Amino acid sequence: MHYAILCYDSEEVISAWSKDKDAQVMHDLGAVQERLVAEKKMGPVARLMPTTAAVSLRKGRDTLVLDGPFAETKEQLLGFYTVECDTLDEAIEAAKDLAAASGSAGCFEIRPMMIFIPDRRTP
Amino acid sequence: MIDPDWTGTAIAAARPQAVAALLRYFRSLDLAEDAFQDAALRALKTWPVKGPPRDPTAWLIMVGRNAALDHVRRRSKQTELPPEETLSDLGDAEADIAERLDDSDYRDDVLRLLFICSHPDLPPVHQVTLALRIVCGLTVPQIARAFFTGEKAMEQRITRAKARVAESDVPYGVPSPAERADRVYAVATMIYLVFNEGYTGNAKETEARAPLCDEAIRLARLLMRLFPAEPELMGLTALLLIQHSRAAARFDDNGEAILMEQQNRRLWDHRAIAEGIALIDKALRHRQPGPFQVQAAISALHARASGVEETDWVQIERLYRTLEQMQPSPVITLNRAVAVARIDGPQAALDLIAPLAEALDGYYYYHGAVGVFSRQKGDAVAAREAFTRAIACSKTLSEATHIRRQLDQLEAEFPADKKIARDV
Repeated sequence: MHYAILCYDSEEVISAWSKDKDAQVMHDLGAVQERLVAEKKMGPVARLMPTTAAVSLRKGRDTLVLDGPFAETKEQLLGFYTVECDTLDEAIEAAKDLAAASGSAGCFEIRPMMIFIPDRRTP
Repeated sequence: MIDPDWTGTAIAAARPQAVAALLRYFRSLDLAEDAFQDAALRALKTWPVKGPPRDPTAWLIMVGRNAALDHVRRRSKQTELPPEETLSDLGDAEADIAERLDDSDYRDDVLRLLFICSHPDLPPVHQVTLALRIVCGLTVPQIARAFFTGEKAMEQRITRAKARVAESDVPYGVPSPAERADRVYAVATMIYLVFNEGYTGNAKETEARAPLCDEAIRLARLLMRLFPAEPELMGLTALLLIQHSRAAARFDDNGEAILMEQQNRRLWDHRAIAEGIALIDKALRHRQPGPFQVQAAISALHARASGVEETDWVQIERLYRTLEQMQPSPVITLNRAVAVARIDGPQAALDLIAPLAEALDGYYYYHGAVGVFSRQKGDAVAAREAFTRAIACSKTLSEATHIRRQLDQLEAEFPADKKIARDV
């Protein structure tokens, strides 16, 4: 099963990190990812720009483009990992390791994927 | 597991909003600051033990308000202090205040706090220090270091600025849409000032002032979150991000400034550039151009180019022309001349800036530019004269050093003229 591990955290807190702190966290998370790569579990990963860079497209008969993220919430979707695991427990384990490396508050949502298309730009 | 410094970062991140709400309750900067300070101390004690609250900002406001009220009560000796536990365990009270924070109140709170710091009665440098102290929460020693002043002098400056603000009419009512727009613009200008304070100076000064740039970007993001559909705020944030992206390439090992044209572009922060460009793209959709957007677009064109030759000077010249129409200023014309020199050659640039000679007579960059254009044209005598004037107008050692290097280069290029000049 493919799982998405969606990272929610306070953008305000994350953006108050110093450059060094940010680099350190990315380094620690990288180490966990390396291990998951070696275990052949790691799929595509993305870190998203701040929600201030987002526009939202409201669907409907007339689509509407609005500035900002989908919803104003206390915590924002900041990025995601994708992992391929045999069981939910394995995916939770992977998320736990990433959570420990991130050293931050917030929440990971682990959601099984229905359709998964990694990348179709390269053959 | 939560990092030990998570609590500190979360408190710092909540500060602008929490102090702004406390200011609405107490209508005094000093009381609001003290209340926040109290709440922060309690958070440092409580959060690591009990875990972080669901909404740190609401927690800090609630506890800060209670603490300040206790303080008042204690002084009037009417009521006993409530036990610490009741303050740490807010339960429903937190949910209640979080709900209230969600309405547009809090947007006007933060805007009011920022607007107070941009008060027109305050000289620009006082605006900047007040914002750094009250909104960003930098300590007096930190601010003193950034401005190369003693701590005592800085403390006095902040106290005076606060007194000045307290004397004037602080607007606590809900602003009209037009007032709100005016405040947003005043605050955006103040944030740009904060950034510029951090960006000017030599390598050593810039290092001490680097936190100012980071704080300005933080404030710009905060303002943009409050007003997500305001294209000038996207432009401001983009401008700051792109200018700051060059920080690592701006000085050589000896601390001498390197002109953008000669900077190692691989040292630029391409993540910041990408975000800046994304914000400009968003802003352009609004079709309401403004000075911050235009300046951001200019710096984005530089950031996008792989080198000076690859830079889209034609587009840059057009953007400076737009900026000239928005805010006519000889300095902007001077900047346009740099693009004109690239497109039509140095003589065209000299013709463009010749009428500015009087207005910019004491301006270092004007004479520096005349010197460079004259040298490009092959007029060593005029170049030498202009560079000499530039040195006379320079305000810092590094400005003077920079022009001396231009003169050395000139002598190397035109050794014969040097002789002639001596004979004369």
